[in-house]
Amino acid sequence: MKIAVCIKRVPDSETRVKIAPDGKRIDEAGVKFVLNPYDEFAVEEALQRKEKAGAGEVVVICLGPAAAQETIRTALAMGADRGVLLQTDAVPADGFVTAQALAAELKPGGWDLILFGKMAIDDYNQQVGPMVAELLGLPCVTAVAHLEIDGAKGVAEREIEGGIEVVEFPLPAVLTADKGLNEPRYPALKGIMAAKKKPLEVKPVQLAAGAIEVVALTPPPERKEGKIVGEGPGAVPELVRLLREEAKVL
Amino acid sequence: MSTILAVCEQRDGVLRKVSHEVVTGAHRLGGTVEAVLCASGPVTGADQLGKFGADKVVTLTNAAFAKYAPEGNAQAIAERVKAGGYAAVVFAASATGKDLAPRVAAKLGVGLVADCTEIAADGGSSAIVATRPVYAGKALLKVKVAAKPAVLSLRPNVFTPVERPKAGTAETVAVNVAAGRVVVREIKAAEAGALDVAEAQIVISGGRGLKEPANFRVIEELARAFGGQAAVGASRAVVDAGWRAHADQVGQTGKTVSPTLYIAVGISGAIQHLAGMRTSKVIVAINKDKDAPIFKVADYGVVGDLFEVVPKLTEEIKKLHG
Repeated sequence: MKIAVCIKRVPDSETRVKIAPDGKRIDEAGVKFVLNPYDEFAVEEALQRKEKAGAGEVVVICLGPAAAQETIRTALAMGADRGVLLQTDAVPADGFVTAQALAAELKPGGWDLILFGKMAIDDYNQQVGPMVAELLGLPCVTAVAHLEIDGAKGVAEREIEGGIEVVEFPLPAVLTADKGLNEPRYPALKGIMAAKKKPLEVKPVQLAAGAIEVVALTPPPERKEGKIVGEGPGAVPELVRLLREEAKVL
Repeated sequence: MSTILAVCEQRDGVLRKVSHEVVTGAHRLGGTVEAVLCASGPVTGADQLGKFGADKVVTLTNAAFAKYAPEGNAQAIAERVKAGGYAAVVFAASATGKDLAPRVAAKLGVGLVADCTEIAADGGSSAIVATRPVYAGKALLKVKVAAKPAVLSLRPNVFTPVERPKAGTAETVAVNVAAGRVVVREIKAAEAGALDVAEAQIVISGGRGLKEPANFRVIEELARAFGGQAAVGASRAVVDAGWRAHADQVGQTGKTVSPTLYIAVGISGAIQHLAGMRTSKVIVAINKDKDAPIFKVADYGVVGDLFEVVPKLTEEIKKLHG
């Protein structure tokens, strides 16, 4: 099994977002960056598939700044074999531009599987995986929460409103991972030490301009101060009255 | 005048309600609105789209479209867009829309502006401006889209359907598409009547304060009291503990929701949870700790033992719906 996993460096989900002075990005000072949580499922799935096949290679590919080498090392510590950083100052707002850069890198690879997280928890673009599939002409299933592969045939389950869609697809394919697909392993000390010696290739990339321009990043509107209606079940009739008469939602 | 293509959805031959929101949202961009559906035959409810302002409803039919056909639908819609000269293509950021929109955008060679909460034509230019929550709603990103066409998806429950009746012509076009490699074999239905947290008008979420998984029944009973309008959500803590399915998780690594009424029960309000529900219209918090951060975003709070407060609330809601 030759598997590529495309990963992203994102601010940790506990981050309190501060806007940078230019009003177009976050202030990164003091922000802890991590491997995108959905990408952890993709890395774990790749490792399990390779282990099951008994042979193969798991390559992590990341488009991002020089500091994303650290993110790649996290995936290598989990057990991936080597990493590639497509180095750029910033990840573009236009997901198609990112997809083009990744597709160009992936094209000659001869992959059995190309895995992504279903989305990144920073820009919420949720598009790069299926776009890469289109650009490479590969079948694609998004938001996979359960996966079975038998030879060159796969069956995936993805959650839809009010149910689970059962999807069949042939390999090679592009899949994006949802939470629930597996339990990502924590890198062990041995893995962390080994990761330092694993190959990590840095390739500067020139990105296309894209057609989506950031105008402004702003904090969400403050919610107006709420009120404590009361304590205990005795407060419930007043709560219901307020929901009906003041908020008008009942 | 420009034409906007509103990509609508059906399941089992019935129009999905989120389609009303897509047509309503498409109207914000000005111009005429053409609603398009992929189906294997006539779609029940497609005739309602005129009521929400569709100037034309086009059903693209193919035997393979009985269930969602990821590749076939993407091909059919992309070909329609290429032939038609549309200024924008608008999807719902539903489970299907999230899968379909990037495929169509890539076929058109443009980026997707996903999960928008506001869209408008940019007065002076021919560009479109869109606002979308990022960092799970901890910030709003406003972008200007110069792509032709602009491809956008709209967050469910945000674009409240507005009736603006049009005569709405209807057209059915049989389309040929390549055989799909990715095939939806079946849909395993969730529990009958279960609503998805991302689409429900009322969401009642439970957290660690429930103490054990079986106690979620107090939340489920409250949800039932709302007569099929409410979905049950969960905090990350209880999903990670295996009490509830990931599909129910509200927060940065779960779903971001914008219901009319959000009731947080036994949830302290970690920042990543607050991010996922702060765009709800009205937030109610029930928690025994009066200093819990959830009360900072709640419009109405009740401090107390949820096992006493929630059953009382259920009783009161039943009276209203009785």
